[in-house]
Amino acid sequence: MPRRRVSPAVSLPPFQQLLDAHGRDVHRYLIATVGRTDADDCYQETWVAALRAYPRLRDASNLRSWIFTVAHRKAIDHIRARRRGPVAVGDVPDIPVDGAPTAPDDGLWDRVRALPDKQRTALALRYLADAGYDEISTAMGTSEDAARRNVHEALKRLRTEYQR
Amino acid sequence: MNIETELRRTGPHPQAPPELSEAAAAAGLLDVAYATFDSPVGTLLVAVTPRGLVRLAYLDAGEDEAIVLEQLAASVSPRVLAAPRRLDESRRELDQYFAGRRRQFDLPLDWQLTRGFARRVLEATARIPYGSTSTYRQVATAAGSERAFRAAGNALGSNPVPIVVPCHRILHSAGGLGGYTGGLERKRMLLGVEGYSGLKQP
Repeated sequence: MPRRRVSPAVSLPPFQQLLDAHGRDVHRYLIATVGRTDADDCYQETWVAALRAYPRLRDASNLRSWIFTVAHRKAIDHIRARRRGPVAVGDVPDIPVDGAPTAPDDGLWDRVRALPDKQRTALALRYLADAGYDEISTAMGTSEDAARRNVHEALKRLRTEYQR
Repeated sequence: MNIETELRRTGPHPQAPPELSEAAAAAGLLDVAYATFDSPVGTLLVAVTPRGLVRLAYLDAGEDEAIVLEQLAASVSPRVLAAPRRLDESRRELDQYFAGRRRQFDLPLDWQLTRGFARRVLEATARIPYGSTSTYRQVATAAGSERAFRAAGNALGSNPVPIVVPCHRILHSAGGLGGYTGGLERKRMLLGVEGYSGLKQP
């Protein structure tokens, strides 16, 4: 049997490569989960946290699911902080006001944003990040069954609301 | 249309994600900042660390951007980010140099990609004044080993910061051009920028 090196050096690609490959998807995921007002802050926090941890990463085989795990944690932090604090005024323009510039129409995704946290997150991971149930369960810290159930419940709710 | 397809197809209305490099720099996490820009000698990739200029590559002369960045990730730090604004000063000094308005670079250098004899050769090269030239044997001697002129040639051939460490100022003892990482055409152009007229006409 060939001898294995005790700690094989992980060869990490230049960080810019991750940003180029996944930046837009992470941003879309955050818009879908925390809303437009907080998405930019959350995005910066996600990538700065990822950049901080990056050189110590021991496994570079699935960087996409790693970055979505970080994004998910930052999204949860934001949602919790928002519940404790006052409601941000910037969230209001999601409802169009006469004469005021309206937020872009996200159609179906506006409805996604109104789903319960876990369903919304699971759905965004599944359909924006193209994550498998194993990745969703890792990112959200749940079982795979729970991940499947969250996606299923979300779809069921959307079908009854959207496809009337 | 089924709802899964609709979800995959649409997504939220896209908007440009915010710029990251300044936030990374503010957090002290921008280990290698780089930019590419056009110059009279072709497209250049320039990279800096917090200590100074660490790499300059001729992208039109056989060096591939992805490979240069991978090498920086492996040998300096994987925290490599495109950050054009961080390279403004490097770009300004290079532009002035190409326009003949700068005889000496004030950019600090980060020497970490070279060591030993090669490092001493490049340090000796950095002391050759604008518009004048030296030979492989002379820089080998300055680096401490007169007979190692071939090794000196190799060190110059793998100069991580050409132009700024002016390896184009090293010629053969007989007056010939010698070699150059970016190709002899570029070596001739840089010597021309500096007003050097001692080259034999081909």
